[in-house]
Amino acid sequence: MNKRTIEEHIFKILMVASVCIVLGSLIVIFGLVIVNGISSLSLEMITQTPILTPPGNPPGGGILNAIVGSLLLALPATGLASLIGIGISLFLQTDFLPPAISNTIRFMLDVLWGIPSIIYGIFCLMIMIYIGMSSSLIVGIIALTMLEIPIITRCMDESIKMVPIGLREASYSLGSTKFETAVRVVRRQAFPGILAGILLGLGRGIGDAASILFTAGFSNRIPMSIFDSTAALPTMIYNLYSTPLGQSKAFAAAFLLLMIVLVVSVLSRLLTRRFKKHIIK
Amino acid sequence: MVSYQIETKNLDVYYHKNHVLKNVDIKIPAKQLTAVIGPSGCGKTTLLKSFNRLLEIQEDIKIKGQILVDGENILDRKASEVPDIRKKMGLLSQKPYPLPMSIRDNIAYGLRIHGTTNKGEIEKTVENCLKEVGLWDEVKGRLHDSASRLSVGQQQRLCLARAIAIQPEVVLCDEPTSALDPLAAQQIEKLLLRLKKDYTVVLVTHTLRQAKRVADHIIFLYFGMVIEQGPADEFFNAPQNPETKAYLSGEIS
Repeated sequence: MNKRTIEEHIFKILMVASVCIVLGSLIVIFGLVIVNGISSLSLEMITQTPILTPPGNPPGGGILNAIVGSLLLALPATGLASLIGIGISLFLQTDFLPPAISNTIRFMLDVLWGIPSIIYGIFCLMIMIYIGMSSSLIVGIIALTMLEIPIITRCMDESIKMVPIGLREASYSLGSTKFETAVRVVRRQAFPGILAGILLGLGRGIGDAASILFTAGFSNRIPMSIFDSTAALPTMIYNLYSTPLGQSKAFAAAFLLLMIVLVVSVLSRLLTRRFKKHIIK
Repeated sequence: MVSYQIETKNLDVYYHKNHVLKNVDIKIPAKQLTAVIGPSGCGKTTLLKSFNRLLEIQEDIKIKGQILVDGENILDRKASEVPDIRKKMGLLSQKPYPLPMSIRDNIAYGLRIHGTTNKGEIEKTVENCLKEVGLWDEVKGRLHDSASRLSVGQQQRLCLARAIAIQPEVVLCDEPTSALDPLAAQQIEKLLLRLKKDYTVVLVTHTLRQAKRVADHIIFLYFGMVIEQGPADEFFNAPQNPETKAYLSGEIS
């Protein structure tokens, strides 16, 4: 064997090993969650709110409040962040801003992306206290929106940057304005990437505990207004896991959280395929 | 007396500090086919894209001088008027870029943004323009299919149909046949010859033979400068400039 074939083999082994590590972790995580949570998985998990039990017993009831809470927090937050994100990302393109400015904004977004979510939580908490509000659904949504904006914006931005300049030229030469080009042509072409960005943001938002810990608070009831505090799946998992005899229920909750993320991913994949058919290669 | 649709006076274009077009003075006659020829990298495309102010969407570009379209300097026009300037000039690029929508919507798009809302009128224009470029019989059963499914040659003809749908005065073509197979290229050439009855056609090409076949008027660019321009028969049969002679005989390329 000469040096080049050995090189070839080493790299192949490295690549296969990397893939195995990633896929392996996925399988182990799912396995762990299912094995530990299967005993607590039942219909009442998703149809009941928690029921207080005397000390010495495992926590009773289900986690319906957290499922509803998670959806009520993450879906509006992702919607808001997507609206803001698509605005910023279309505006960041050369058609509107000189590259010196847009690259500065990109850098700032990247820094925001790196800020730990607990900082967002504390930031919103301070503002919340300052204006005299208490932990509630609405403050939680705001914290999550702030957390998701840089993620969604940068993903959209990258996919919009990939739109070939020839396509923009084609649109402009038909007499389109910048706005028409951005919204009717570029946005269509970049749509699969835009959707991927939204998904990534949703995934981050629905799974984050630190930012909603103080802002959304915790409650055993389903929130009835945006000013009620609410539980979410991540905070519920944390709560259950730190309750004596609650670990199994915590794993069951984790399993439900994974399922929600999985369903959302699959649905959006199907949705992307529908929109992909017009994309120009 | 020939009337000129586009004229440039002392046109200089700088791109990233490169002096791409140097003091270009040209005249493009109306309702004729003008070919811009010259070796690659001599500024042909830059010249073409300056006519509808398409250069400006790129970064770091500086334009000096005058570009007169129908006697008016388009470089003086405000940014808000640029879409109107561009509407007057259809563009056919090197690689066809259909819009990411259906075949029908590719043509309807231009009509809609310029204020046509009548559905019947849109359908009629879509049909007429597709017939004009000889695409109607090939696509009439699948107007709602994606334009990206068409062959490259069909896409290029769709782009031409899309351009003429908004009734421009000029059709700018940037090597429109270079990405196509010989048959599709021939179709485009034939179309351009037909179009020059109603439109002023400017064709950038790097193949001399194509220019010989189709052009009425020639502009020869070399290193960003206009070496020679004039009616095609004079240009090919009695070139004045030694560089033109050298280019025509294949000594420089």
